[in-house]
Amino acid sequence: MIPPLRRELIATWGFVARNIHLTKRYWGWELVWFAYSLTSSLAVAYIGLGTEMLSGPGVDGDYLTLYLLVGTLVWSYLSQIFYVISEMVAWERWEGTIEYTFMAPSSRLTHLVGTSLFAVVYGVVRTLLILGAAALFFDLNLAGANLIAASLWLLVGSISFTGFGILAAVMPLLFPERGVQMTNVVAALLLLISGVYYPVEVLPRWLQFFARASPATYVIRGMRESILKGVGLGAAARPLALLTLGGVAMIFFGTWIFSLAESYAKRTGRLKRSG
Amino acid sequence: MNALSIRGLEKRFSKGLGKGVAYALRGIDIEVAPGEIYGVLGPNGSGKSTLVRIVATLLIPDAGEVRVFGHDVVREAKRVREVVHRVSTEAAFFKKLSPLENLLYGARLYGVPGRAAARRARDLLTLLGLPRDKLSRPMEQLSRGQQQKVAIARALLHPPRLLLLDEPTTGLDPRSKREVQELILDLRVQKKTTIFLTTHDMEESERICDRLAILDEGRLVAEGRPAELKAHVSTDGREPSMEEVFLALTGKEWDDDSTAQT
Repeated sequence: MIPPLRRELIATWGFVARNIHLTKRYWGWELVWFAYSLTSSLAVAYIGLGTEMLSGPGVDGDYLTLYLLVGTLVWSYLSQIFYVISEMVAWERWEGTIEYTFMAPSSRLTHLVGTSLFAVVYGVVRTLLILGAAALFFDLNLAGANLIAASLWLLVGSISFTGFGILAAVMPLLFPERGVQMTNVVAALLLLISGVYYPVEVLPRWLQFFARASPATYVIRGMRESILKGVGLGAAARPLALLTLGGVAMIFFGTWIFSLAESYAKRTGRLKRSG
Repeated sequence: MNALSIRGLEKRFSKGLGKGVAYALRGIDIEVAPGEIYGVLGPNGSGKSTLVRIVATLLIPDAGEVRVFGHDVVREAKRVREVVHRVSTEAAFFKKLSPLENLLYGARLYGVPGRAAARRARDLLTLLGLPRDKLSRPMEQLSRGQQQKVAIARALLHPPRLLLLDEPTTGLDPRSKREVQELILDLRVQKKTTIFLTTHDMEESERICDRLAILDEGRLVAEGRPAELKAHVSTDGREPSMEEVFLALTGKEWDDDSTAQT
């Protein structure tokens, strides 16, 4: 008889290992998406050098390039976590395995945590690869950067976006045909309000109100401060702690909402329908 | 304690906003003893799969009670999932993953550690006659019969006390069908597994089931041993076929499309 906690840990690893196997089997697609993400990041970062050329020496092109590169890489990482988690239901529907997974005795929290763990590891590896490739194109000066603080910001951001992803995963569960498109809308809104490519202060006042609710706003700002200005952990401790608390709360809230949605899907027969 | 106890079960689905509801199951009462092979026979749309999904905790009933070895499928879903496994018509696999990778995933969901699961998966797949060179190939490259064998192997990795088989031989060629049927019979003998099987194959239901229920438009119209059902409708002393039993009990031809409900 295997103790319950060990069973859940084995199941958690089951979700991680399954996604590793799937990533290996779909390596062609992975290559395509990597190329897409890299070119997108490069295209955004070149705007920095382009602006210097167009506006004259008043603009620090290298600073702007790094500013944009941090934004695009952090967004690439956070959105990757968001998509992997939010699309787990849609993916399993497409494969036809959703009923098998939902019939297993492992808890839904295990399911969500396992998927999230993979998403974080996958996101880190992918973002580091993009950063490495981007470094070949730009003269990146990270001498003054506080990389420990930056790593912590990214870690805390992962927790927040895991909660968002779990909450967004409800949509493909409830709306088999259009749920995935709805998660795309959520991601697009977060991109708009979180200051990925610009300071949120340039947004209209009413949009800034929403920007304050997005964890990405704080993660991206914190990353920029630690990389561009070398701000250390001392100054970042309070916002990091608040963001962590908010992220953990969001994970539990998202899991609770997900369980309600699962129950509704099982009452109405929406689990089985393929979208 | 019965392996499966279904009382007053009812399930309905909305037809769409303002269009009312369609009843998938009405007033179903079934008791299945441990170690029994119980078959539910019915045409497409009769409610068989809905019934299996409710027992598998994939659907929540609107009325009635379903218990698996005493555990309620709604209030004690996790306990039920620990003792139940379901094999369905459609191959519920990750198509690009190999049989071994799919089985490893399945075993871990049930808390079986990877090394033990890998060894057992290999043994089971070999026992079921899956060619060794297919073990590591993507599932999409396997035939339908081979995929169904993998599905059964997956169910046996963590041997269930109640095995739900939802039309397990539909779409299989005669040889594969026979092999799967033999496997079901072996399971009962060797593992004492209770088997709850749905089928629309008359011959299959008669061959492997201890008792049969006939489901039509969501209602249970008859229940008993195959020989009892035949004796019940026989009028001229001749043993009727199961098709004739169905016709006599439902008033419908077996192939009649009008029997399809949902």
